[in-house]
Amino acid sequence: MSGIFDRFRGGRKVGSGSMAKERLQFILVHDRINLPPERLDEMKAEILAVISKYVSVESDKVDIALQQRDRNNLLIAEIPFSEQGEDAEIIRELPDIEHTSDEPSDKINESDSAPSDKEEIASDENTD
Amino acid sequence: MGAKVITVTSGKGGVGKTTTVANLGVALARMGKKVVLIDADIGLRNLDIVLGLENRIVYDLVDVVEERCKLRQAMIKHKQFDHLYLIPAAQTRDKTAVSPEDMVRVTAQLREEFDFILIDSPAGIERGFRNAIAPANEVLIVTNPEVSAVRDADRIIGLLEAANRGPGQLILNRVKLEMIKKGEMLSANDVTDILAIKLIGIVPEDDGVIPASNSGIPVTLTEGSRAGMAYRNIARRLNGEQVPFMDIADSGNILQRITKLFGNSNT
Repeated sequence: MSGIFDRFRGGRKVGSGSMAKERLQFILVHDRINLPPERLDEMKAEILAVISKYVSVESDKVDIALQQRDRNNLLIAEIPFSEQGEDAEIIRELPDIEHTSDEPSDKINESDSAPSDKEEIASDENTD
Repeated sequence: MGAKVITVTSGKGGVGKTTTVANLGVALARMGKKVVLIDADIGLRNLDIVLGLENRIVYDLVDVVEERCKLRQAMIKHKQFDHLYLIPAAQTRDKTAVSPEDMVRVTAQLREEFDFILIDSPAGIERGFRNAIAPANEVLIVTNPEVSAVRDADRIIGLLEAANRGPGQLILNRVKLEMIKKGEMLSANDVTDILAIKLIGIVPEDDGVIPASNSGIPVTLTEGSRAGMAYRNIARRLNGEQVPFMDIADSGNILQRITKLFGNSNT
């Protein structure tokens, strides 16, 4: 039912019809599983706590949300792991190259023009 | 078994259940079908007055259930169609006077003789609703494009599924195209997106509906009425016909016609 006036409306504020749709979609998904939004938040926090016990999680990128597919309701969770796994810890044991340098800004320029990595490391040792 | 038992329900009151039952009953009777309408809203009898039959009631559904009369005695013949009948609700009792088993028993006695049995459900989700859906082969959910009515319809659909009577089909009643065009009303697509059930009819808001109820002659019998046309289309769909949804914009104002003209090319 989209018409030419829908296009004219483009820049204007959204009508109350689409507000009604959004509000209904939000409330009905909670109605259907009898779980109010604040309880859902508690559940999300708990799920995240359990997962964090086993793996390291990028908590600011977690997305756990209720979704409707036809008349079925699903809990969709996207929980990215952070890169600080076992591998990251092994890497951390190595000496931090940047840290040992007195002039990090010069180093970056040097490394661009440097013929090989070996020279770069050698110059590091000299500064020590 | 013969008749198809169709229950009309809504959750919320005042969305047009009784009007829908009266109009679908008349529309099916006009098609030559044998139809009986049952008012299951015990204590709040209304279908009789919408059909103009209020003066002919002697016995009602509770009299049948409590065996004070034969089923035939409680069936009131419509003035215009002699194969359209009404079994009225009792006015002085409450919903507990009838049980879901009673409804199954009463409809079983009618199935052989009729093509359609339409049941007008009371609003709400209690006993009256359970009575009304007990014998249903199909359920029609009436709603308006309005947040509270849609929310209640969703609740009803959930209960129908739980009772193995679902998912039912949707009638969107009192639709105002002008408001949809302004973005101030949920469209039929919006409502079916939200409720995720099949649509069987879109009934436009029509100033003819109240005068029709006033005079006891359902709007379906008014030639040229757009709501009447919508009800006739639903009746044909219930009869298994493929009927395209009518364009509610047809008799709109100039602005709407232009909108429609351009709208068709980019939908």
